[in-house]
Amino acid sequence: MSTATILKLPPQETARLPKRSYLNNEYGLKSWLLTGDHKRIAILYLISITFFFFVGGAMAGLIRLELLTPQSDLMATDTYNKVFTMHGIIMVFLFLVPSVPAVIGNFVIPIMVGAKDLAFPKVNLLSWYLYLAGGAFTLAALILGGVDTGWTFTTPLSTHYLNTHVITAGLGIFVAGFSSIFTGLNFIVTIHRMRAPGMTWFRLPLFVWSNYAASILMVLGTPVLAITLVLVILERAIGIGVFDPSKGGDPLLFQHLFWFYSHPAVYIMILPGMGVISEVISTFSRKRVFGYTAVAFSSVAIAVFGFFVWAHHMFIMGVSNYSALVFSLLTMLVAVPSAIKIFNWAATLYKGSITFETPMLYSFGFMGLFTIGGLTGVFLGSLGMDIHLTETYFIVAHFHFVMVGGMLMAYLSGIHFWWPKMTGRMYPEGVSKLAALVTFIGFNLTFFPQFILGYLGMPRRYAAYPPEFQVLNILSTAGATVLGVGYLLPMIYMTWSLKYGKIAGSNPWQATGLEWQIQSPPLTENFIETPIVDHEAYDYEWLAHQTEHEVQTVG
Amino acid sequence: MDSQAIATQPVHDAHEAHVHAPYLRHHFETVEQQREASSFGMWLFLLTEVMFFGGMFTAYLIYRNWYYPAFVVGSHQLSIVLGTINTAVLICSSFTMAMGVYSAEMKQRKALVGWLLATIVLGFVFLGIKADEYHEKWEKHHVPGLNFSIQEFTHPTNPEEKALPADMAQKTQVYFSLYFAMTGMHALHMVVGISILLVLVVRAWAGAYTQGHMTTIENFGLYWHFVDIVWIFLFPLLYLISRHQ
Repeated sequence: MSTATILKLPPQETARLPKRSYLNNEYGLKSWLLTGDHKRIAILYLISITFFFFVGGAMAGLIRLELLTPQSDLMATDTYNKVFTMHGIIMVFLFLVPSVPAVIGNFVIPIMVGAKDLAFPKVNLLSWYLYLAGGAFTLAALILGGVDTGWTFTTPLSTHYLNTHVITAGLGIFVAGFSSIFTGLNFIVTIHRMRAPGMTWFRLPLFVWSNYAASILMVLGTPVLAITLVLVILERAIGIGVFDPSKGGDPLLFQHLFWFYSHPAVYIMILPGMGVISEVISTFSRKRVFGYTAVAFSSVAIAVFGFFVWAHHMFIMGVSNYSALVFSLLTMLVAVPSAIKIFNWAATLYKGSITFETPMLYSFGFMGLFTIGGLTGVFLGSLGMDIHLTETYFIVAHFHFVMVGGMLMAYLSGIHFWWPKMTGRMYPEGVSKLAALVTFIGFNLTFFPQFILGYLGMPRRYAAYPPEFQVLNILSTAGATVLGVGYLLPMIYMTWSLKYGKIAGSNPWQATGLEWQIQSPPLTENFIETPIVDHEAYDYEWLAHQTEHEVQTVG
Repeated sequence: MDSQAIATQPVHDAHEAHVHAPYLRHHFETVEQQREASSFGMWLFLLTEVMFFGGMFTAYLIYRNWYYPAFVVGSHQLSIVLGTINTAVLICSSFTMAMGVYSAEMKQRKALVGWLLATIVLGFVFLGIKADEYHEKWEKHHVPGLNFSIQEFTHPTNPEEKALPADMAQKTQVYFSLYFAMTGMHALHMVVGISILLVLVVRAWAGAYTQGHMTTIENFGLYWHFVDIVWIFLFPLLYLISRHQ
């Protein structure tokens, strides 16, 4: 390999996986389905969210295929409505929300704080079953004939005018919501009460901080979505009149309640991803994250501000001009903590010993794409621009830059970064770098043209469009194909590496976190002795001393 | 107990040190840590419940401001006597629950079972009265969506009530929608609570909570008091609007 690397694998002729680990502690399906081990539950989540990611991805493929031509020819327009609705519901509630917290967070947070497990292992398992139940309802809605409200369940469209499976899908999201509440609750209690001796709040890795902030949002926001969906379901099934204008209800109230959760939900999705980036950037530039405290607090600030910006989804829906003004201002405030993060990561890179492992490549992708996504968010937060750009492809491009370019890149970065810890084996380095590159190129080709389309006025959520938009749409569809390859590649080589990957050893990245000081894959109880923490996070000098110490004892 | 000192010991020692506490789960270092974690988790869960009901309280606040006359006449349709009795019943059930927690602390098995049973009985009394009230609403055609008529509000049978114009009379549907959604969600929480109580009684009879480990009873007590408090808010908001008129 030509590029510099810090990869430090054990000598391959003598390398062995540890005799005892969480993977071979018990055998059989039952030992997995009834497990209380946070690491096994993380693997269960990994498998199930990967499944839903590819279902949602197939929907995305159908959307892009339909938009290849100006006419609605691949499917009828109402089918198209169902496809983009299911794409949104599955990707938001069954992939993005649980992705980093439930898979990576579940796996590493207890280890990072020096605990043997999350505070409530049974609740953790329950949350996975609730996720599955929510997923089952959603798939049922899909198989029975789909939903065509858009993922936003706008009333009175969803309560009165559509004859599709709104109740089934609503129940699915309701149940999956409780899965997310329980995950958040578990994280908060674990981070408060289960830290090892010496692990103070400001020694916590930033990944823990950002998941903590996201957990606050999950715990406070999700119940509001739950009750809103209950009211929608009651209105649809029985005909109560909370949102129904003919009975005196106000559909705008639905929008307020829905976005009170669904705007913070985007921070639930992005914050844990930002945590991954902090870990990866620090590890591969061999430096403590610049402005640790600022980055930690900016996560909390995003969570707090995130609760006071929801009405920016409603500027064209008839909210008062004064409240629109206030919400516009507050929306722009969120850019401040986000920018603090980006600048601090950039400062961390400055004069660092940077190496270009796969997780780092994905993180660079995140930084660039998230910045574009975030800045276009400021466009949309300003009142004048929003009126022209809302409900166009500009919005679609904006949130895909944040969610796919940002969050999905962070998720893939994290999966590659912690894969050796999870499985004890390395993914193949060469092809994974290729995948990172393919994803980046495919992503830009897919979504950048959509900014232009939106700016030119192409509305979202239509199967047909004027012929002059075709060239850009073809580019976007071509990009989606490349992107699809970029996502299939990791799926294939990660599976391959389970059997044929090189043995990773306990700390292939020479990283500082507690999770890297134990064997890979870890023991069921994580630590043989409860660790006593006497150093700051990202202390590479401490790590160097550890290594010296190791050599001395061996010698 | 000095949690710091114990926390630094190797795992197997910690297990041996706590052979006397079979309820200490393997991933906690000390009983104290376990108790604090469960109690903290319960409070967080109650916080999510506050947000859950909070959505409906927000809706109530807005619509009550918009459709005040409709809310007044709607409220006058509720039986203040039944509402007051139910409030008293729930407050008593909170007392019996608190006594249950106290008995668990005092390690009195029979007293604990007795207080829990009393709580169950009071819970059923509440639900019975609530069901009777729902039935009355059905008879009077005050169930939005299923069985609703504005007759009573445009042409009141009670001469003391003022007649509402037809468009405001329609808005009583919002009042009754919220009435059913809010009291219905509350009743559902009661049903869940009573179901859990039934399990707790059986396990308390077997002596599960009177040997020093009573976190479950404590946490359930918190839940029961929470459900009670929700009613303390619902009662004045739904039953007592402008009663002096």
